[in-house]
Amino acid sequence: MSDLVQSAPNSRSFRWQDFFARHGTLIVLLALLVFNMIATPNFLSVRTLNVNLTQVATIVIVAVGMTMVIATGGIDLSVGSLMAIAGALAPLIFLGKIVHFGNIYVAVAVAMVVSVLVAGAFGWFNGWLITHFKIQPIIATLVLFIAGRGIAQVVTNGNLQAFKVPQFQFIGLDRWFGIPVQVIVMIILVAAATWTMRNTLFGRQILAVGGNERAARLCGMPVSKTKRWVYFISGICAGIAGLVVIAINSSSDANLVGLGMELDAIAAVAVGGTSLSGGRASVLGTLMGALIIQLVRFTLLANGIPDAAALVVKAAIIVAAVWLQRQNGARA
Amino acid sequence: MALSLLSMQRISKAFGGIPALSAASLQIDAGEVHALVGQNGAGKSTMIKILTGYYRKDAGDIQFDGASFDVESPQAAQMGGISTIYQEINLVPYRSVAENICLGREKRRFGLLDWPAMYEDARALIARFNINIDVRQPLMNFNTATQQMIAISRAIGFKAKLVIMDEPTSSLDEREVGVLFDVIRQLKADGVSVIFVSHKLDELYQVCDRVTIMRDGQSVKTAAMADLTQLELIAAMLGRDIAQVSRHTTAFGDRTFQYQSGPEAPLLKVSNLRAGRKVLDVNFNMRRGEIIGLAGLLGAGRTETARVIFGEDQRQGGLVELNGVAFNPRDPADAIAAGLGFCSEDRKLDGIIPDMSVAENLTLVLLPHLSKAGIVDETAKAKIVETFIARLGVKCSGPNQKIRELSGGNQQKVLLARWLATNPDLLILDEPTRGIDVGAKAEIQSLINAMAKDGLSVLMISSELEEVIEGADRVFVLREGHSVAEFAHKDLSEQAIMQAMAYSEPATTAAGAAS
Repeated sequence: MSDLVQSAPNSRSFRWQDFFARHGTLIVLLALLVFNMIATPNFLSVRTLNVNLTQVATIVIVAVGMTMVIATGGIDLSVGSLMAIAGALAPLIFLGKIVHFGNIYVAVAVAMVVSVLVAGAFGWFNGWLITHFKIQPIIATLVLFIAGRGIAQVVTNGNLQAFKVPQFQFIGLDRWFGIPVQVIVMIILVAAATWTMRNTLFGRQILAVGGNERAARLCGMPVSKTKRWVYFISGICAGIAGLVVIAINSSSDANLVGLGMELDAIAAVAVGGTSLSGGRASVLGTLMGALIIQLVRFTLLANGIPDAAALVVKAAIIVAAVWLQRQNGARA
Repeated sequence: MALSLLSMQRISKAFGGIPALSAASLQIDAGEVHALVGQNGAGKSTMIKILTGYYRKDAGDIQFDGASFDVESPQAAQMGGISTIYQEINLVPYRSVAENICLGREKRRFGLLDWPAMYEDARALIARFNINIDVRQPLMNFNTATQQMIAISRAIGFKAKLVIMDEPTSSLDEREVGVLFDVIRQLKADGVSVIFVSHKLDELYQVCDRVTIMRDGQSVKTAAMADLTQLELIAAMLGRDIAQVSRHTTAFGDRTFQYQSGPEAPLLKVSNLRAGRKVLDVNFNMRRGEIIGLAGLLGAGRTETARVIFGEDQRQGGLVELNGVAFNPRDPADAIAAGLGFCSEDRKLDGIIPDMSVAENLTLVLLPHLSKAGIVDETAKAKIVETFIARLGVKCSGPNQKIRELSGGNQQKVLLARWLATNPDLLILDEPTRGIDVGAKAEIQSLINAMAKDGLSVLMISSELEEVIEGADRVFVLREGHSVAEFAHKDLSEQAIMQAMAYSEPATTAAGAAS
């Protein structure tokens, strides 16, 4: 009997830990929101909401693809460069520098589809390097991380392309039903990816490949094909994010579009609780992870702390998130 | 009686509210070899992991070598004098044997690594095992058995007072087991205590002094091995009366053997199969509804043969025919489409997907058939999962429990279900009962039996002779990549198989020789 008495408080404290480990991301996000409601003036306004969502949208769009890649046990360092490629290509097309389109809407449609697909094709190339030559993902995607930005500069001769094409820039500047368009794109992608991971064969294959590649192979799963697809999707996501960025800026600079994006995306995935060793994926977690990083930055800026200090805090959050994950894993 | 070296009292530990240990005790004398037995899930591993600092105990008291002992990490336990050799070898495959042996206690001279001293040290430790290998070679060049010996050498090198061996013999052949036992006896003579965890009862009687039997997270009995019959031991493990323990050693006891001779065309015919360095000339055939045993020593090429048939490795010569037609699967997916299944030997390495649930693991192969336009039909999936959990008696808290939380026996049942769910014509089972407890073993054996009665053909690779002898319609023996003998059921005997396995056993002694 005394054992029962002894073990009762233990098991309760365990449940608390479990609860915190499982919902840690959500708890931190809520805590940040509550803190801001109290500390930051005018926090509860549509404007603040839109500012934050607008800034976080591109990171989340890229991080959705990154979540899937990481769930297979891989990583994609090339996303920033692929954003630059899509961002360089689209203006060339809709400004009529390659082929002249009579109708601006046709030109914009072609520009968007082609540039996103080209980014996807480069993603497919990543997957091909990884599956065909058995190169480690970090090395394989480093190839385009370096070369991709070079390609984008060659395509544009290193020129900054400035433009004012509202028919295109809706994707970064307009609002539908009061919501910024890129936020709507972000929500659609998050929803689609969540659904895919949860309900489709492809989602299971991603998790199986990441969880135990040898077992997945012996179960007859198309391991290589699955990997090529996730890198393709990651490329597509990066392409879309590239378009959003140049639409906001009204210009495309191959040197700057998507710079450092790979690390922001990976950080969002890590903070969101997706295991970097593969086999687990939480797209919603990634969304929350990105929101947390964004919100911390906003909180510090809104309270007069410089951006440089915000970077240090961002790093601290990543450390804390990984620590939380380890706590979670150690008891498994 | 010698002094007590280790005393673990009233140890409790719960995971997520579910107790794994409730007031379990273990007491080890100095210089004794102590067996720790119990079914899977009885709490042996948890007990050991608490002792070695891998888990923290919730309650209880540990005294080691006359002082309170509470370490936070395996490293600390090692420094404190407790070394552990795990079932899965935890060494660094790319580094040399010497580096592995000296890992964590590297010899230094003027702040630099003293390589000659380390090589000398490694050589001296390895020499106790009667194997002669180049300690400068990377570890991965050696086979599992040799790696095991290296792991033990490493433990001894730490001047441990207590060495824990968790199923050390599961990857060793008989000769190597003999060598290991010599080493254990030598350790004992040097005053070192050994905790020996094994599912092979014969071994316990050969080498252990006392035994502690665990069941349901508690220590139910501690006794001298000599005072306990094998039947009493099993009964205590299972928590049953002796009368209830079956007289058959395996659950194949009631099998009726068919097709002892017959003109029927074979389902699978393998002729002169050659692949890699392990499969040199393998020949066998199997008919529908037969259980075919594939026997042989470790490294005889049994698993490798199975992998070729299943399309995981590529054939370099010879012929495989399925239903009379040449069969050359490019990958496992091809083999699965042709009606094959392959339950692999190493559950952790290429069986389970640890982070996935029981349901996900169970339906992994079937999933394409449970999906329409790429979308998984969750209702159909749940129905299949429910059916198989019930049919195989998988013990889990529910289909959504993570498979890594299950005991080995239950994991194996899920893996079997994974293949049975696809309704295969031919199922390859590689060591289907390795490392699982007596109860689950019997259940799995009778399941294989029942499946074969329903017309499934089973190719069973097993190192347990009783299993092959009592279960198989016919047995083929492999030796060093060659088929050397075929036995019909009526001609089977341990003697005959062992003779075929060992006949003119050449210098396999070079257990070390790069494989």
